[in-house]
Amino acid sequence: MYPNPFEYHRAGSVEEAISLLQELGEDAKLIAGGHSLLPTMKLRLANPAHLIDITGIAGLDHVTDKGDYIEIGALTRHVTLLKDPIIAAKAPLLALIANEVGDRQIRARGTIGGVVAHADPAADYPAGLVALEAEVVTLGPGGETVTPIDDFLISIYTTTLGPDEVVTAVRVPVQPEGTGVAYEKLANQASGYAIIGVAAVVSPGAVKIGLTGLSDRAFRAREAEMSLAGATLDLASIKAATRGITAGVEVYGDIHASEAYRRRVADGLAARAVAKAAGLS
Amino acid sequence: MKTSITINGAAYAADVEPRTLLVQFLRDNANLIGTHTGCETSQCGACTVLLDGEPVKSCTVLAVQADGHAVTTVEGLAPAGFLHPVQAAFWEKGGLQCGYCTAGMLNAVVSLLQENPNPTDDEIRHGLEGNICRCTGYQGIVDSVRLAAEKIAAGGAFEPVKA
Ligand SMILES: Cc1cc2nc3c(=O)[nH]c(=O)nc-3n(C[C@H](O)[C@H](O)[C@H](O)COP(=O)(O)OP(=O)(O)OC[C@H]3O[C@@H](n4cnc5c(N)ncnc54)[C@H](O)[C@@H]3O)c2cc1C
Ligand code: FES
Ligand code: FES
Repeated sequence: MYPNPFEYHRAGSVEEAISLLQELGEDAKLIAGGHSLLPTMKLRLANPAHLIDITGIAGLDHVTDKGDYIEIGALTRHVTLLKDPIIAAKAPLLALIANEVGDRQIRARGTIGGVVAHADPAADYPAGLVALEAEVVTLGPGGETVTPIDDFLISIYTTTLGPDEVVTAVRVPVQPEGTGVAYEKLANQASGYAIIGVAAVVSPGAVKIGLTGLSDRAFRAREAEMSLAGATLDLASIKAATRGITAGVEVYGDIHASEAYRRRVADGLAARAVAKAAGLS
Repeated sequence: MKTSITINGAAYAADVEPRTLLVQFLRDNANLIGTHTGCETSQCGACTVLLDGEPVKSCTVLAVQADGHAVTTVEGLAPAGFLHPVQAAFWEKGGLQCGYCTAGMLNAVVSLLQENPNPTDDEIRHGLEGNICRCTGYQGIVDSVRLAAEKIAAGGAFEPVKA
């Protein structure tokens, strides 16, 4: 099983990738880890005439402590997020999530830039990225843009990324002292992707909850967050606040899980994630 | 496209179409047919090889993306006539039946034990999530990995092929 023929180009810099994208037009696609793109190309669901390989670009594979936030280069792989000491100390939610992505082989290839650019509604990270209020840094012909992840993600496989733009980094704000995090997932047993993924970030006085896998994009559970903010967190208050967590959101039903099942299990996973992040279980 | 990959320590160059997958390069160009394909859709892990020491599914890597890099296949785990300690452990503990998944499984285990020399059973199962075996029910594999860890801790010498 192999893709349709294509021409292969190597970009030596982000600028070169941008000018190749402009020159080759809409038949061109960037390739990073290839772990979303190649499976789609092998099924002939995507048939780009040109692939522009960005994995040789220096300076896009890094985790840097910038004080208020951690900057993660677009080519940073899942395995790096799992092991990096800065991530462990300052953005541990991403390590928890990385551990749930696919398997060791997938984690050795897939990149964070590929995850956000691809905007797969069943991807794991977006739950954590919306809860952490991460930002996506892109470079295009018009210069650099920094977009909150909540604005960047539009819908299934759709983001604000322009056709000649490259994701260069993801920025994750460092959470206040005393913050607890958790990620709870119901995985599709065949693919490993999230049928439901819930990320919880519990800081003194604030709770943030991000959900993925349920609808066309990851989203925050703002009502539950508000009712938990400043409240005394115990199992009863958490359970009450997370009941009906998907209310008002259009939730998918498919062969893996019906809509009703997804809504019901999302409540339970959300309660579990918040309780864990709050240190209650 | 000219592509040069160091396979099991020896440089191998070929002119291939960009759409050539690493597993095809290994099997069809380099004639190393120990690496199997099962699903060809990145799920089963039968095609797992080590790319610069890390486990990858070679059906989901373009050969041109491995240009200039080093690959280890099952043929390269031990010198001819010898078994790598992980292979010896699989032989002793019944870590395989039909053998279809085994080449990929061995590479996954070699890299898992490099990362975590003394894994718990849970860590072994989580670490091998990317490798499907339709025969053993996995218990023989978990037992093999534990024995392999012991062998490696005790020096990890290559063992002569068993009769
Ligand atoms: C068997 C399997 C199981 C998986 N399980 C999970 C799972 O459980 N959870 C999960 O979240 N993910 C899972 N994945 C997906 C995996 O995490 C992918 O690696 C990831 O989604 C995409 O990263 P990539 O670097 O491989 O992107 P690629 O496949 O290289 O690219 C994906 C898309 O993003 C674009 N792109 C890539 N990088 C950039 C960039 N820097 N700027 C702009 N555009 C870019 C490409 O043009 C392409 O359209 C799985 C994949 C496989 C094959
Ligand atoms: S053949 Fe590559 S994962 Fe199954
Ligand atoms: S031994 Fe037959 S598939 Fe694993």
